[in-house]
Amino acid sequence: MARAEIAARTLRTDRWWLPPLTTFVGLLLISIYAAFRTFQGDFYWVDQYHYLTPMYSPCLSEECLPAASHFGQPLPALPGFLTPPVVIIPFLLGFRITCYYYRKAYYRAAWASPPACAVAEPHSKYTGETRFPLIAQNLHRYFFYAASILLLINIYDAIVAFGTGVGLGNIILLVNVGLLAAYTLSCHSCRHIAGGRLKHFSKHPVRYWMWTQISKLNNRHMLLAWTSLIFVCLTDLYVALVASGTISDLRFIN
Amino acid sequence: MSYQGKFRVWRGDDSGGALEDFTVEVNEGEVVLDIIHRLQATQAPDLAVRWNCKAGKCGSCSAEINGRPRLMCMTRMSVFEESETITVTPMRTFPIIRDLVTDVSFNYTKAREVPSFAPPKDLAPGEYRMQQVDVERSQEFRKCIECFLCQNTCHVVRDHEENKEAFSGPRFLMRVAELEMHPLDTADRVDQAQDEHGLGYCNITKCCSEVCPEHIHITDNALIPMKERVADRKYDPVVWLGNKLFRRS
Amino acid sequence: MPELERHSFDVLVIGAGGAGLRAAIEAREHGMRTAVLCKSLFGKAHTVMAEGGIAAAMGNVNSSDNWQVHFRDTMRGGKFLNNWRMAELHAQEAPQRVWELETYGALFDRTKDGRISQRNFGGHEYPRLAHVGDRTGLELIRTLQQKIVSLQQEDHKEFGDYEERLRVFQEFTVTDLVKDGDRIAGAFGYWRESGRFVLFEAPAVILATGGIGKSFKVTSNSWEYTGDGHALALRAGASLINMEFIQFHPTGMVWPPSVKGILVTESVRGDGGVLRNSDGKRFMFDYIPEVFKDKYADNEEEADRWYTDQANNRRPPELLPRDEVARAINSEVKAGRGSPHGGVFLDVSTRLPAEEIRRRLPSMHHQFKELADVDITAQPMEVGPTCHYVMGGVEVDPDTGSSSVAGLYAAGEVSGGMHGSNRLGGNSLSDLLVFGRRAGAGAAEYVRAMTDRPVVSEESVTEARATALKPFQQEGGENPYTLHMELQQSMNDLVGIIRRAGEMEEALQRLEKLKERAQSLTVEGHQQFNPGWHLALDLRNMLLVSECVAKAALLRTESRGGHTRDDYPSMDAEWRRKLLVCTASGDGVAVEEKPQIPIRSDLLDLFDRTELEKYLTAEELS
Ligand code: SF4
Ligand code: SF4
Ligand code: FES
Ligand code: FES
Repeated sequence: MARAEIAARTLRTDRWWLPPLTTFVGLLLISIYAAFRTFQGDFYWVDQYHYLTPMYSPCLSEECLPAASHFGQPLPALPGFLTPPVVIIPFLLGFRITCYYYRKAYYRAAWASPPACAVAEPHSKYTGETRFPLIAQNLHRYFFYAASILLLINIYDAIVAFGTGVGLGNIILLVNVGLLAAYTLSCHSCRHIAGGRLKHFSKHPVRYWMWTQISKLNNRHMLLAWTSLIFVCLTDLYVALVASGTISDLRFIN
Repeated sequence: MSYQGKFRVWRGDDSGGALEDFTVEVNEGEVVLDIIHRLQATQAPDLAVRWNCKAGKCGSCSAEINGRPRLMCMTRMSVFEESETITVTPMRTFPIIRDLVTDVSFNYTKAREVPSFAPPKDLAPGEYRMQQVDVERSQEFRKCIECFLCQNTCHVVRDHEENKEAFSGPRFLMRVAELEMHPLDTADRVDQAQDEHGLGYCNITKCCSEVCPEHIHITDNALIPMKERVADRKYDPVVWLGNKLFRRS
Repeated sequence: MPELERHSFDVLVIGAGGAGLRAAIEAREHGMRTAVLCKSLFGKAHTVMAEGGIAAAMGNVNSSDNWQVHFRDTMRGGKFLNNWRMAELHAQEAPQRVWELETYGALFDRTKDGRISQRNFGGHEYPRLAHVGDRTGLELIRTLQQKIVSLQQEDHKEFGDYEERLRVFQEFTVTDLVKDGDRIAGAFGYWRESGRFVLFEAPAVILATGGIGKSFKVTSNSWEYTGDGHALALRAGASLINMEFIQFHPTGMVWPPSVKGILVTESVRGDGGVLRNSDGKRFMFDYIPEVFKDKYADNEEEADRWYTDQANNRRPPELLPRDEVARAINSEVKAGRGSPHGGVFLDVSTRLPAEEIRRRLPSMHHQFKELADVDITAQPMEVGPTCHYVMGGVEVDPDTGSSSVAGLYAAGEVSGGMHGSNRLGGNSLSDLLVFGRRAGAGAAEYVRAMTDRPVVSEESVTEARATALKPFQQEGGENPYTLHMELQQSMNDLVGIIRRAGEMEEALQRLEKLKERAQSLTVEGHQQFNPGWHLALDLRNMLLVSECVAKAALLRTESRGGHTRDDYPSMDAEWRRKLLVCTASGDGVAVEEKPQIPIRSDLLDLFDRTELEKYLTAEELS
């Protein structure tokens, strides 16, 4: 038996292409900015106020400014055009790329699989996440652990920066780690580890409580994914502008 | 109050068909299914349509309205402009029988492939004790009215007929999750979900959740937690280490 | 003529609602090769619409509850006209049937200590309804459906075929039962999809087809409820009882017009919702009948206290049995105190916090939001009576569900007697389970004890086919939709909630005319999925059953439960002793009186004498 003969790829009459297009443009712009800043290799540390951009934290190789290396410099200088962030970027990128929300976003926006609901996708074959390379999406768990460690370091950075007083940069760094923490906590893996994997919530009241709280955050995972991503860029931009002397930090104390 | 609405309804069967135009009366407070019934009673007595409860409870009247998978009985005419032409087509993913009626046996086949509830052997009827917080997750999935709109919308089978064999679809992956989270189910369904029901085909693009008339969070609460359970078993370093170190004998 | 598709089974179950599925499970577990035939898809039966819960005296919430109390409530609700044996079995077995569902995988809402939670409902003395939010019927159907799947999986393991011993034929209509002499021999029908005819040979048939609501204009029932089982039984020679008793659910939606009649669950009232007229008055206090005065509060304060302290207060009158509430709403509307769209107001928004309403009544919230654009957490609903349930049905043996025709069984709404003149909310789901199981076992026993299997004659097949094809053979006749609409209007107006002799006589005249016109119905097109043809065949059943209703209603010159006569407004103890029995006769039906079997004395002893005096004659009491 055959399906109903309907030629149109979709009969949707709304602007279904708008959300994937917006996502695509948004992700593209952010990628360009992040790539530029990564390979710029400069303006990541404000010595006067101890501001370190999250994109360069932790700074572990020998070409780092010594003051910016809160955890020493265990790595030798990186060869060629490589800059300090390339050490940590794989983890940060890996976390976001394997994130369940971003997967949805770029599968739809970049790969059109599907472009929108009830709109036919252009590919003739589809195996989803059943085989290499996409089966590697299952490694999200590893990236979650790694990103959590990086988050702790970012929090440390933000606190250390208060050693020199309080300025707008401090507030920005603080909000940034707040958003990053909310995003990381709202992760589906986190929700699962905290309590979701249990069969009997009633026997683990504390984990159940954590699970309910994380579930609330998890409902907003998409929102947190975007705000935290955009805010990281803004934080970095602010640090870069202050570090390069383009603007000066607004100080409240000191 | 009432006006003449413009409709395009797909008519035909498995040998072919086309969209047919109709102009039909629309009154205040009506839903798309009312209009289809009016067509039946006045202009097209043999127009085939499946329905039952007319209250969004039985999941019979699934179709695609202006290209969006929906229940006809729960789509109010007031959401459309009076001048709009409303297109009603059968669900695409399933073989057509006639007009708006499709053959949904794919779903019944898949339902049978999910191993049933397996309670503890020594528990007598009447002795079951479960806490409300423990049943709530599975209860959400049991709200499902089996309209099969999610099955219809999921691109894994909608756009790739050949995947029907390997993929059970969101409705039945959710059934696996429901049993997996059932406080008294004793079976282990994690490997099955991946190997037999095709969990890996789902790329969590959430169209199933978008169309579900019961607003079940299929992806967030069933599919992703199942993927996480698979990850627990196969891909988590900490769990792996834990199992190595503290393996219960 | 194309080749006739034939199947042979031990037990045929017609209908795949709660009763049908439970019967099929039982028959299959007794080793019978069983088939389920249903008009809709498997799992879509009207049972999914049941919202409130399953009444079973498990005593989980109030440990004073037991089967005797449940029995008493049921008899009271039915105004003592119930088949007491059925009411007894029902009250005794309901808890086991509910627990059994848990072993099939059902997930009811829980109490603190992990048992099945139970809720209050109209007419039930204690919280008694096992429930899942307000979608209990869906849970019941899905659970039974999944149990059937699990039995099929067992067969698959054993025989390599899922359908070896239990098969579901969906979207299939039975048009006639076939007999061999006095015994049932099978059933004849067609696939709705293709219109092709099928003959099922089977020595036992269980009717589980539900009700007759589609003969009325305003109804909560789906299109399936065309009284098929009632009519099949009549034509096969069985009798129907209590057909005059039709329950009008007090709260159906009244607006928008296209959903008029759709149910608003009684749990809204059980959870605190109150009824008000256009003056804002809680009018139910004015409608407490004498027999219920000691059980229902006569002032708002006491009624409100009841929700938190049920031991020391009487229940709010909103929770009176359904017939009382339906009549009260009817009178308020007639007196000009109705809501804008001709109902009254049902309000929970001022009684419970919005969050609580969404949690306890999720599907009601959804239903009003989507269909009427009303937010029940902020606004009152408009509700009015809607035809909901027929108490009458096939006269059966309480223990086995057997009708007077050998091999023909009935369970659920299509059977009669259990609920007397009025059914309590929550008692239908338990009825389905208790008597579905009993009918399944009864039919299995019958088949097992049988020495020779009945044979289907070729003539009966030819005849059944000719009857089914008749609407195609004629030209220039009427459209079945027109006839159906006229039937619904007549029944609604003339044999509705409030009845009068003159109106019912007129109804009978109209029915005669409709029957004549139905002889020459014409449908266009072909046999494949043709709704016009389907309706034409259903119409035959509706007309037959409507005649039973109208005739019986005209004869019963009293008011009781789901039968209210304007010209005989009070209950008459003499009439309690009589049943009206409807049988096929000529091309119509005949209705006769038959004495009721006296209630067993140990069951009578469960009641106070003063209470019995309200219902029984002096002679019965002595
Ligand atoms: S989330 Fe998965 S199951 Fe749901 S529609 Fe998308 S691919 Fe299909
Ligand atoms: S999960 Fe939702 S969309 Fe899918 S069948 Fe059930 S009710 Fe329909
Ligand atoms: S799911 Fe998005 S970060 Fe884990
Ligand atoms: S008819 Fe039941 S869901 Fe639409």
